[in-house]
Amino acid sequence: MPGHDTARDVYRQALPVILVSLVAGLFSGTILGSETMRAGISEVPGLLLLLPAFLATRGGVYGSLGARLSTGLHQGLIEPRFRLDRRLTNAILASFINGMTVSVFIAVITFLWLRLFGNAGNLLELVGIMVVAGFLSAVLMISVLIAVIFVGYRRGLDPDNVIGPVVTTLGDVFGIFFLLVGIYVVGAVL
Amino acid sequence: MSSTDSGGDGDREYVDEWSIRRIVRTMIPLLAALSVLQLVSGTVLETFEETLVTNPALLVLVPVQIGTAGNLASITCSRLTTQLYLGTYELSPSNPDLRANVGAVFALAGTVFGAVGVAAWGIGVALGGTLGLGRVLLVSLVSGMLLAVLVVVASVAAVEISYRVGLNPDDTTIPVVTNLCDVAGVLILFAVVSVVV
Repeated sequence: MPGHDTARDVYRQALPVILVSLVAGLFSGTILGSETMRAGISEVPGLLLLLPAFLATRGGVYGSLGARLSTGLHQGLIEPRFRLDRRLTNAILASFINGMTVSVFIAVITFLWLRLFGNAGNLLELVGIMVVAGFLSAVLMISVLIAVIFVGYRRGLDPDNVIGPVVTTLGDVFGIFFLLVGIYVVGAVL
Repeated sequence: MSSTDSGGDGDREYVDEWSIRRIVRTMIPLLAALSVLQLVSGTVLETFEETLVTNPALLVLVPVQIGTAGNLASITCSRLTTQLYLGTYELSPSNPDLRANVGAVFALAGTVFGAVGVAAWGIGVALGGTLGLGRVLLVSLVSGMLLAVLVVVASVAAVEISYRVGLNPDDTTIPVVTNLCDVAGVLILFAVVSVVV
């Protein structure tokens, strides 16, 4: 009965989700601890400063897209297939705009923060890295979310139970990986 | 862009709910505020840059610490909220449901941060770090258990406050508490790092 579980019940129910996020955390931690990334951290001022904000907003943007799609499916407002439906395209475009805007915003406040405390920072470099990382995460997160939610829904899975772990796992792992790609691309261009 | 939306008349109301401008306008202020809050964690990370770059094991701990704090908080909050709605919630040390939640959070934290300590040490060594197993495990477990205390206190406080003030905890408290615990996770981790390492 809900609300009357013992500590052991709660532990057993929560452990799988926690373990998924643990494995994801270790994956992203390994990318973060890799030699290339550590070199990037030393070379680009502000990278560690923007890291938590970048990771947290992935969850905010794509978690809410997932929640919206899932509510839409439950209400029968959208159908679980890929079709140029107005609501579906609106939701997707809006999350893309949100993701990109916030990525640029993070780059700018990071730069201002660095300046405020008298550190050197390169605005163009930070914005470039965030645009590349933000764009790649948007493309990946939106496609995977739609695929998982629609396929899951058609097979009888409640999307509400799936979105959380999917967004945290993919958001963290690929967020840090795309950050690395961004550093590489911007380093090659600038 | 939403002005060009068309559909059946009964559809209009829903289309508005799903208009791009509306979604963007509601989300952007929230996301911007969230980013500024997370700069606090970022500042801490930046302060420890040198320690982090020389000890990859500690860098491995960072995403795990951020993720697990928020997860534990969201599980505790949503369980307490459900009990609130079911009428079984009561702020008292003898409340069996509250005890079960608290016990589970500590057991989960012990399991996760024990495993994380060993894994982060192994990965750190593979990445060329020199920090010993004892130290990484100590950092991971001590910061993990402190985090569990914080998660329990913050979740109970949030649910209690939203109950008294009459806010819906699902809408307001949970996002706030999970984000605060994310930030606090990093603060606790580095408080422990500065003592141990």
